[in-house]
Amino acid sequence: MSASLYLVAMIAVPAVGAAVTAALPGAPEGRDERAKRLALGTSLVVLVLAVLAALAFDPGGDRFQLTSSVSWIPDFGVSFALGVDGIALVMLLLIGVLVPVVVLASWRDTAPGERSMRTFFAWLLLLESMMVGVFAATDVFLFYVFFEAMLVPMYFLIGSFGGPRRQYAAVKFFLYSLVGGLVMLAAVIGLYVVSSSSLGEGTFAFDALRSIEIDPGVQKLLFLGFFVAFAIKAPLVPFHTWLPDSGAEAPIGGAVLLVGVLDKVGTFGFLRYCLPLFPDASRDFAPWVLALAVAGILYAALLAMGQSDMKRLVSYTSISHFGFIALGIFAFSTEAATGAVLYMVNHGIATGLLFLVVGMLIARGGSRRIADYGGVASRAPLLAGAFLVAGLASLALPGTNSFVSEFLVLIGSFPTRPVFTVLATVGIILAALYILLMYQRTMHGPPRGVLVGADDTTGGHGAPDREDAAAEAVPAAEAAPASETVPASAAEAGAATATATATEAAPRAGSLRVRDLDRRELAVVTPLIALILALGFYPQPVLDLIEPAVAATMSDVGADPAGTAPDTDPTGGTD
Amino acid sequence: MGDITAPDLSLAALAPLLFVFGAACVGVLVEAFGPRGNRQPVQLAVALVGTLGGLVSVLLLAGRGEVTAGGALAVDGAALFLQAVIAGLGALSILLFAERALDPARSAFVTSAAVPVGSPRDREQAMSPRVQTEVYPLATFAIGGMMLFAASNDLLIMFVALEVLSLPLYLISGMARRRRLLSQEAAVKYFLLGAFASGFFLYGLALVYGATGSIRLSDVRAYAAVGGADVLLVLGLALLVVGLMFKASVAPFHTWTPDVYQGAPTPVTAFMAACTKVAAFAAVLRLLYVAFGTSEWTWRPLVYGIAIVSMVVGAVLGLTQTDLKRMLAYSSIAHAGFLLVGVIALGAGSDGGGSGLSSTMFYLLAYGLTTLGAFAVLTLVRDGDGEATHLSQWAGLAQRSPLTAAIMGIFLLALAGIPLTSGFTGKFAVFRAAIEDGAWPLVLVAVLASAVAAFFYVRVIVLMYFSAPAEEGPTVGVPGLPTTIALAVTVTATLVLGVAPGPVLDLAQRAAIFVG
Repeated sequence: MSASLYLVAMIAVPAVGAAVTAALPGAPEGRDERAKRLALGTSLVVLVLAVLAALAFDPGGDRFQLTSSVSWIPDFGVSFALGVDGIALVMLLLIGVLVPVVVLASWRDTAPGERSMRTFFAWLLLLESMMVGVFAATDVFLFYVFFEAMLVPMYFLIGSFGGPRRQYAAVKFFLYSLVGGLVMLAAVIGLYVVSSSSLGEGTFAFDALRSIEIDPGVQKLLFLGFFVAFAIKAPLVPFHTWLPDSGAEAPIGGAVLLVGVLDKVGTFGFLRYCLPLFPDASRDFAPWVLALAVAGILYAALLAMGQSDMKRLVSYTSISHFGFIALGIFAFSTEAATGAVLYMVNHGIATGLLFLVVGMLIARGGSRRIADYGGVASRAPLLAGAFLVAGLASLALPGTNSFVSEFLVLIGSFPTRPVFTVLATVGIILAALYILLMYQRTMHGPPRGVLVGADDTTGGHGAPDREDAAAEAVPAAEAAPASETVPASAAEAGAATATATATEAAPRAGSLRVRDLDRRELAVVTPLIALILALGFYPQPVLDLIEPAVAATMSDVGADPAGTAPDTDPTGGTD
Repeated sequence: MGDITAPDLSLAALAPLLFVFGAACVGVLVEAFGPRGNRQPVQLAVALVGTLGGLVSVLLLAGRGEVTAGGALAVDGAALFLQAVIAGLGALSILLFAERALDPARSAFVTSAAVPVGSPRDREQAMSPRVQTEVYPLATFAIGGMMLFAASNDLLIMFVALEVLSLPLYLISGMARRRRLLSQEAAVKYFLLGAFASGFFLYGLALVYGATGSIRLSDVRAYAAVGGADVLLVLGLALLVVGLMFKASVAPFHTWTPDVYQGAPTPVTAFMAACTKVAAFAAVLRLLYVAFGTSEWTWRPLVYGIAIVSMVVGAVLGLTQTDLKRMLAYSSIAHAGFLLVGVIALGAGSDGGGSGLSSTMFYLLAYGLTTLGAFAVLTLVRDGDGEATHLSQWAGLAQRSPLTAAIMGIFLLALAGIPLTSGFTGKFAVFRAAIEDGAWPLVLVAVLASAVAAFFYVRVIVLMYFSAPAEEGPTVGVPGLPTTIALAVTVTATLVLGVAPGPVLDLAQRAAIFVG
């Protein structure tokens, strides 16, 4: 297969996989084994393709590689043009890694109502196809099409398979994104009209658009059109209110992809479209964007500390982290922007893992409230360990991947934007607080909450086998509605369930019954933990991919043209 | 006494009209003399032959551009494109009329619409298995009128066409088998307001004639180019536009739309939403471009204003609707506003209308197919009292009938303008035309209105997919062949025009020519 077809295949394979998965005959009792295997296989094929694409990619070569282009709608000057630079390539790799992990993590999920998990996996694969398309498109129209079409699978994932308030969350997610997208549509058309007046023929090709000089006034309008869409997607602070709802209500797999990949489209859009296409406007608006970014870092971190719901908390930490990414991008230095791109990857891995581990805990206890858990570490050391690694990566402890990127962003931003950088640094302290407090409350201390005696119904709970998981879903399901409608009484409800079962099996009062990670769950967390550590100690291969593309972007925007390559591993001295 | 010279008539150019009107006349004869037993299949065949024959003959004429019938008709690219759209959508509507598998009484139409509601005869006919077949010739006449409307090059012919298309519509909107009172109210309301609008049009015609001394569009153009701002002419133009906007259900001339869409039998609603819209916009385009293309500034502010009003009214009032037919009616009003965004750009481009014309024509095709399909889905979902159109009755439909919900979902996403559906391509085309013409504030309003309107489309998807099914929910009927064909065609077209719109856009581009 020619290298340029890797990208086409990465879009086509999951799309076909989605169609086949959806067309499979329904299986009884939601045991859609074939659908799951098919989804896992398809996503692994995409991972292989992503790795092949990365191997075929020459970091020192042209800016866009693996390119292919077919005329699509000639009347609009639209081509189905694909190609990746280093930034897009690392995002494709991230997608390639996260989707199989998510499929595996959703293996035992059950769909609410009479829905079939088959549909869940079909939407998931379709989403993967769209996500690849968004990052691989080099035609602005094509990018827009994927940007909008991506909403539909995510909307169904949240709305059909999410938590109790999923309808509200799904509609909010859809409308927020759609408003942003439509404003961007106006700007996309405006860009086309500008190109047709300056080039003689309208085009959406990124390379051609980059070369035209746009009038500063028009640039500002177009920049704002794109910016609003990306700021909603990313999300930056005044546009963020949809994310905590979506993140909390989405099924865990959906939430991982939502914050791990989907939201990166916003920051990716800043780098790919806002900066190179509208350099003057980007410079003019940079202080405002930076102010939003830093406000977001601090505000979202403070809100995260106040959350009682773990999924909401993780969502708020993401908003805070997106502030760092935006800071790195709009600081206009190659170092900071390289850090920001690396941050996009690292955040996907670290927050993805955090969401997955939180999801595993929720699957055991049936409640999302921090207060419903305590002392889990004593009975489930592996779960607690994974939680700790995810948490530490999230707060950017040296040795974890996030440290490298956060460090790069901060030292890269300081020379150009010292005040904003100093303010952002406070966010690091807050991050330590919200992560460690959550960890401490749920994992340490005396056993308490919904898990006390929870899995007694199975009788033998020594070995974490597969039957355990199925049986455990029963008390979890009982506890869930109570904790949603009357959150305050959730602990009591859980405790009531626990005492009811406790009287039958008569275990020691107050003992914590929680199953540790089983083999499937270990298979979910291990690759991500490995990546966290690997990228924490040796990020150089990824930096090599990112750096040329970032330097090219920075020269487009006219900042830091020489480019100070971060050619040494900044963690080297600190470990 | 001077000789009366017969006007030159190009029969070939008139073939589509002759086909359709001929079929309508044959239909009347069948109604009068045909045996009752097999009238229905015969009428259906006649109507389909007429509309499809019209469609085929339009396609054979493709590329022509001439003025015929003594200058009264313009057979040009735009007219042929829109005639083909009308004939095609008309044929699909007739298929919906012919559906017999869904209603237990075998038809969506009442046998005798004149019987007072609640009378013994009314109760009797509610039970009777007799099928009424007058709708076929009536609808065929309306289709013929619409096709004439699209080609009329003279204000008087335009008025005649307006009446020919309107009168059958007034009648058939009162023929619903269920909810008779609502249907009769719709018919009366439509007739009264329609007559009023016709009056506006006629008055405008008179004023334009008074100002220019001619009813030929090309003469009006020549006069407007020289004479400029003539109060009489501008007033006449305004009145003509009001009359046409009424037919196109553009706010603030929309007040009939929700009631009539709700009361009329659903196949007729589909017909009106798709075909009448196309015909009315065909006339708007021709009037504004051919007659007043040189004095753009006279109508531009007017159209600009009503485009905004229509988008906002449609989108905002659509939010408050609880009945699907009414919701789609407001959607139709909002889409009329989006179409006007394309009309604004009519002057853009150097040759023959430019992208404003071609994009509006594409939008009409895309919207017509989608809205027809959406109404066709409504005919499937039924409870004991006919169609279940209340929003709450659609809760959990996806679990009851995944295929129906998926089809409706596609139509709704297309109406909301999500990429990879025809609705997006259409919106993109008209927005592009308008921005090229410098009307970006209008596009900004349009974009925000789309976002508001998206809410009510999305709400239906939420209900169908994410809500638990209602206890006493409606049943989803298994459609017979006619509705199945109509649904298959509209769904396919909605997706194809979204994924690979190139050829059709190209066709619209090449057809965007007015002569006259």
